[in-house]
Amino acid sequence: MRVFFTLTRRELAGFLVSIAGYVIIAMAVFLMGLSFSVLVGKLEVPTPMPIVELFYMTPFFWLILILSVPVITMRLFALEKYSGTYETLMTTPVGDWQVVLAKFTASLIFYMLMWIPLIGCMYVLSRYSNDAAAFNWVSIGTTYLGIFLVGALFMSVGLLASSLTRNQIVAAMVSLAFTVSVFLLSFAGEKFGMETDWMNEALRYVAMVDHMQDFARGIVDTRQVAFYLTLSSFFLFLTYRVVQSRRWK
Amino acid sequence: MSGNGYMIEVSNLTKRYAGHVAISNLSFTVERGEIVGLLGPNGAGKSTTMRILSCFMPATSGTARVAGLDVFHDADEVRRRIGFMPENNPLYTEMRVREYVKFRARIKGLYGAKMRDRVDTVLQQCGLTDVTKKMIGVLSKGYRQRVGLADALVHEPELIILDEPTIGLDPDQIRSVRQLIKDLGKKHTVLISSHILPEVEMTCSRVLIMRGGHILAADSPANLEKALSHENQIVVELAAPIEDLTICWEQMAEVEHFDIAPIDSDYFRCSLTPVNGADIRPQIFNMVKERGWTLRELSRSRYSLEDIYVRVTRPQSEEELY
Repeated sequence: MRVFFTLTRRELAGFLVSIAGYVIIAMAVFLMGLSFSVLVGKLEVPTPMPIVELFYMTPFFWLILILSVPVITMRLFALEKYSGTYETLMTTPVGDWQVVLAKFTASLIFYMLMWIPLIGCMYVLSRYSNDAAAFNWVSIGTTYLGIFLVGALFMSVGLLASSLTRNQIVAAMVSLAFTVSVFLLSFAGEKFGMETDWMNEALRYVAMVDHMQDFARGIVDTRQVAFYLTLSSFFLFLTYRVVQSRRWK
Repeated sequence: MSGNGYMIEVSNLTKRYAGHVAISNLSFTVERGEIVGLLGPNGAGKSTTMRILSCFMPATSGTARVAGLDVFHDADEVRRRIGFMPENNPLYTEMRVREYVKFRARIKGLYGAKMRDRVDTVLQQCGLTDVTKKMIGVLSKGYRQRVGLADALVHEPELIILDEPTIGLDPDQIRSVRQLIKDLGKKHTVLISSHILPEVEMTCSRVLIMRGGHILAADSPANLEKALSHENQIVVELAAPIEDLTICWEQMAEVEHFDIAPIDSDYFRCSLTPVNGADIRPQIFNMVKERGWTLRELSRSRYSLEDIYVRVTRPQSEEELY
C-alpha cells in the first residue's frame, strides 16, 4: 500500500511539476470560460432547465472531456517506455497492479483538479442570477459524479492505449479515437437505431450524453454507475495484462 | 537457497527476439564479492543478459539464478537483492536529486528513519551532497550517473548490475565513477558491462568477453593476457645496411618471421616473431654490438587485453580461445 501511495504521489507530481500539467489545465479553463459565456448568452432567454444541465449542453463541455483525456493519459506509460525509466521502475520490487493503479489514480486526481474551476463558474451564476431554484448543490455534486465516472472510463482506456506503445502520439490518437467514437454512439440511436428495439435499447446503455443529462438533473442511476465502473475495471485489467505480458514473451 | 556461494548462476540461457537471437546458450557463474565485467561490441547481448538477470524480461530458454533464486519464479525476491542501472541511466528529470533517491528507496521498501539514513549515506557515498536540491534535468552527465548509482545502492543490494556505467562521461568523471565501482566491490558483488576495454581492465577481477550472444573468453585480465603472451613480438629499430639486415634475421634460428620497414633515411623498423615466444632481446643486442650498428629501440610488445578483445570479437575469424 505504501508503495502504491509513493507511486501515486510521484505520478501526480509528474503532472503538477511539469509545464504540461498546467497547459492542460489552462486549456480546460479556457474551454470552460467559452462554455460559460455561451451559457450566459442562453440565459438571456428564460428557460426552465437547471443551469448545470444547460452548461453540459454546451459543446465545449464535451470538447474538454474528449480532448483532455488523451492528453493526460498519453504520457503515463509511453513516456516511461520511451525514456527508459520503465526499465528502472519495473526492476524494483513493485507489483504490476500497483503501477497500473497508481498511474490511473494519479491521472484521475489530476483530471478532477482540472474540473475545479467549473465550481467557480457555477458560483458566479448562482450569485448573480435571480432564480435561486435554477441552481442547487446536489445537481452540482451529481454532475461531478458523472464527470468522475466518464473520466474514469476514459482514463482507463487512455492508460491501456499508453501501455501498448512507446509513442505518446500513438497513445493519444488511440484514446482519442475511442473517446470520440463512444461519444458519437450517443447519437447513433437517433440516427439509425429506430429499426429494431433491442438495438435502441443497447445503444441507450452506452449513450453518454443521456447519462450526463441524468447526472446533471441530479439523477444517479445505478445501472449507469455500474456501467462506468465495470467498463473502467475491465480496461484497467487489460492494462494490467499488457504490463504483465512483457514476462510472457 | 542453494549453498554453493554463487551470486549469479546462468546456464544455457537463450533469448530469441522475432527474427534474431540475442544470446544463445549462455552459461557462466559469478562468485560473491567479485567484480565481473561483460565486455563486447554493441549488439553482443550484454544488455539482454543484464535485463534477464534483473527480471525485466524472461529468457526464451535456460535458467538464471541470483543468490540461488530463479529470476523468473522468484522475481520479486531477486529484484529486492539487485541494484540495477540500465543503459543510458534513465531518470525522472523533473525530480530533485534527494527527492528521487527517496522515492526510489520507498518503492524498494525502505521507510522512515532507515530510509532517510540510507538516502543520506548513498548521497554522501556518491558525492552528491552539494546537489541534493537540484533538479536532475539540469545536472551534468557525470552527476546524473552518480544519481543512478545512488539509486542502485540505496537498498543495500547484494548484487549491483550496471549497464555501461561510464558511457558518455568525460575522462575525469570516468575516473571517479570507476573508483566508486571499485569501492563497491569491497562490499557487493558487481556486474558491469562495457565496450571500453581499459575500464574493464582497471575495475574488474574477471572479464567475460561476449560476441554474437556467446561468451568467447572468461578469465582475469592478467590470465587472458598470459594466454596469448606466447604470441608476442619483438620490435627492433636500428640503422644498418638493408641486405645485411635481411640475411641476419634469416640466419637467426629463433626468429620465425620478420618484417622490415624503412622509417627515416638510415633507420629500419623490424618486427620479429620469435619461436615459442622466446625473449631474444639479449641475442639481438649482442649481435648489434658485434656488428657495430646503431640501435635506437629494442622492445617486446605483449598482447594487451585490447588485442585479445579485437582478436576475439573480430567477426570473420571463428577461432576461440578456449
